[in-house]
Amino acid sequence: MAEVPLTTLRSPAMAETVPRNYLNADYSIWSWFLTKDHKRIAILYLISITLFFFVGGAAAVLFRLELMTPKGDLVISENYNKLFTLHGIIMIFFFLVPSIPAVLGNFFLPMMIGARDLAFPKLNLFSWYVFMIGGIISIIAILVGGVDTGWTFYTPYSSTYANSQVLLAAVGAFIAGFSSIMTGLNFIATTHTMRAPGMTWFRLPLFVWAMYATSLIILLGTPVLAIAIVLVGLERFFHLGIFDPALGGDPLLFQHLFWFYSHPAVYIMLIPAQGVISEIIACFSRKRIFGYAFIAFSSLAIAVLGFLVWGHHMFVSGQSATAGMIFSFLSMFVAVPSAVKVFNWTATLYKGSIHFDTPMLYALGFIGLFTMGGLTGIFLATLAVDVHVHDTYFVVAHFHYIMVGGSVMAYLGGIHYWWPKMTGKRYPESWGRISAILIFVGFNLTFFPQFILGYLGMPRRYHFYADEFQVLNVMSSAGASILGIGYLFPLCYLLWSLRYGRPAGDNPWLATGLEWTTPSPPPTSNFLETPIVREPAYNYPPLGDGEGDTLRQEKIRRRRQGEWHPTQPPREKVTTP
Amino acid sequence: MERDYQREFTFSPPQAASNAAEVDWLYYALVGMTVFFTLLICVLILTFMVRYRSTARLNRRINVSHKRLLMIEIGWMLPPLAIVMGSFFWGAAIFFNQRQEPGDPLQIYVVGKQWMWKVQHEGGRREINSLHVPTGRPVVLTMISEDVIHSFYIPAFRTKMDVLPGRYTMQWFEPTQTGTYHLFCAEYCGTDHSRMVGSVVVQTPEQYARWLESDEEEPPASRGRRLFQQYRCSDCHTQSEDRRGPPLANLLGRQVVLTDGRTVTADLKYFRNSIRNPDDDVVAGYQAVMPPYPQITEDEILLIMAYLESDAASNREGRASQDGEADDAAAPDNQAPNTSRNGQPRNEPRSSNDQEQQPQRQGQQDELPE
Repeated sequence: MAEVPLTTLRSPAMAETVPRNYLNADYSIWSWFLTKDHKRIAILYLISITLFFFVGGAAAVLFRLELMTPKGDLVISENYNKLFTLHGIIMIFFFLVPSIPAVLGNFFLPMMIGARDLAFPKLNLFSWYVFMIGGIISIIAILVGGVDTGWTFYTPYSSTYANSQVLLAAVGAFIAGFSSIMTGLNFIATTHTMRAPGMTWFRLPLFVWAMYATSLIILLGTPVLAIAIVLVGLERFFHLGIFDPALGGDPLLFQHLFWFYSHPAVYIMLIPAQGVISEIIACFSRKRIFGYAFIAFSSLAIAVLGFLVWGHHMFVSGQSATAGMIFSFLSMFVAVPSAVKVFNWTATLYKGSIHFDTPMLYALGFIGLFTMGGLTGIFLATLAVDVHVHDTYFVVAHFHYIMVGGSVMAYLGGIHYWWPKMTGKRYPESWGRISAILIFVGFNLTFFPQFILGYLGMPRRYHFYADEFQVLNVMSSAGASILGIGYLFPLCYLLWSLRYGRPAGDNPWLATGLEWTTPSPPPTSNFLETPIVREPAYNYPPLGDGEGDTLRQEKIRRRRQGEWHPTQPPREKVTTP
Repeated sequence: MERDYQREFTFSPPQAASNAAEVDWLYYALVGMTVFFTLLICVLILTFMVRYRSTARLNRRINVSHKRLLMIEIGWMLPPLAIVMGSFFWGAAIFFNQRQEPGDPLQIYVVGKQWMWKVQHEGGRREINSLHVPTGRPVVLTMISEDVIHSFYIPAFRTKMDVLPGRYTMQWFEPTQTGTYHLFCAEYCGTDHSRMVGSVVVQTPEQYARWLESDEEEPPASRGRRLFQQYRCSDCHTQSEDRRGPPLANLLGRQVVLTDGRTVTADLKYFRNSIRNPDDDVVAGYQAVMPPYPQITEDEILLIMAYLESDAASNREGRASQDGEADDAAAPDNQAPNTSRNGQPRNEPRSSNDQEQQPQRQGQQDELPE
């Protein structure tokens, strides 16, 4: 795989005679809505979660505007509460959880292991329909009045007191949960049974390991969320006393059930991101990843530990002090596999040959933000500090560093990295770099002030707030405007590239991995013939004095020949012969 | 409002309670650790980015033996492990102390409801959306909610605790700095969650004592007496021979024998549960005839309790003077509830009532088998 023939990079003239691929195989609408091709299903997911992302983002724009002033002057409190609830539910259940698994995982997991498709293609399509039904129900819940419980649905507020469309939104999340269960099941079966000849477990790309660990969490955790939601529904509808003490229930039971899923859910969002980062770092350092096995097993370790730490969300909930101590102790261990990953990525850079293409900028940004997010997690696992900062903006900042600074950065990095493969087109590289930097800067401006706000004591989910918190809130809102623009850029230039982008060639990054050995876009069956794997993952040629850096040489060659190269956007005179 | 920290920019709220400083120390230690590791990773990444950029010409040969790799990997697991364990024990030590009940506390009762805080002090002074506390003495808050989960959060004290419906939770702190501080509801509780705020006024003990007395409201004991009659508790819980419920005078803090043979301490928790779920703990010698009273609100329970306590106190005083004993030592305590939060009886001189009632209760128990 290391010796990718450069002749496969098709010149623009050849773009006229595009061979059959999964995109041009059939243009009818039903060929999309009834497709069993994992790549087309990934594209369906990509379009739907992008829509959800901008719906959730619009809510964030509104409440960040609202928070410019301490008084609630833009919307009334009821609507403010609905806005942050909408933001949370849409972003978590309908963007972050499916983002990397259902788009990049769906598309590339089979290709990375040399399979023609996932193990259960019909189930895969079904999972998209289930996801969309869940999503549409949630959108309906918003349209017919909204939900005001927060994405956490804490009882007895959600089960007895809230006068909003709690049940509808909860049913939406409940249904979407089954979609991720199906995806997880599919990934596990595929990884076990459909690897190409020679693709042993320790030759799997780390992205596959990450998806496998994620699928385990999805499969074990999501049913518990479903149970919790059903119980809330039973209490709301039939007044069964489950969570509301007025009916004989226990309000903490809900928190236990909810966090038993929702803490592992954080790792459902994070571990795939780490998988993407491993791919990108290796490719743009032109090196085998440092400590392959340790990164692979730390994904599994995080997956297992994730199920033992839910109680750290409940230190001040009325849970016993002993339980608090046990959960604090166990939570601390998550730091170790997380640190192992960060150290290994950093070590991979050492004596690498580092290229600063857009995906790499996202990946480097990810490492910095994930380090911050992970370290501030230690504050929250530390009992005495958590008592103070629990339910304040410190928590908000922490999980946005993990889920936006981490997962969304990695998702965008992955989209840019694989965009040439998915679409067969190049995106304009300079615009990519500008938006990666904008997002990084905007992100830090938005969320760093929130750490300070949190320690100063500003509680989360506050519509009105004390005057002295205004300066930091204005900073945060200002950062959010930069961040918002940063997110709009990729939407624009990626769409632009679909029509005007230069043909990508099979392997524009000269990356290793089976997905790069097929044409771009790949044919419906992925591989023209079944690949046989004879080498480990990331088997880049030894760098030596730099002469082993094939990507560098390729860039030089392209420049000499006046051809496009990955660091330059296409020029007009080149596109029209 | 004399808060001057509103005007200056700070990184932490004022330290106004005894444990604020130690929480801040731990926090700053963690901040230092975070800055160190973030800088370490960022500096390493930036150095590698510049030094090993693809256009740089330099030797990139690298040879790490399998054994060396293992050493490196295990080696860099150890510092994070050591740091998080240190953080755990440091944080747990402070937390453990926060959860231990302090000696000789001032008891204050808090009821949260959408969207206000109701506070009742020892001796009966009540306030809404504010909390007056004196310096120099641990204050125990016993808290309960009328409806959904709230959280009583005082940033200047670095303490918060969720306030649950259906059961009491507690938190304590020892205020050290006089001043006015924020009081927030930290657990999302519905529409006006962000308006469920107030102020905590820390006063000197003298100021606090003066404040307690400046109450113009009807004393809680008499309000409690009215409620006791209004809810017709007095119909059954009487002193008469054919009563259907045990007499409640002098109840709080005493040991009570139940029909199933258990002995429980009649503390606030027991008292509340006997109103909400009377069948749970039926006093020996009585039938389980009392219906549950969900309509009595949480702060009404506290008022009725205040009435029963004052009743007991006046009974005790009455009897003490009849016996010709000057019970001066107990006098200041008479205003206070007879129980501490966990229901341990106070070590105060108990008047003859106990001896009077003890045989009576024994007698009732003997009657039971027939």
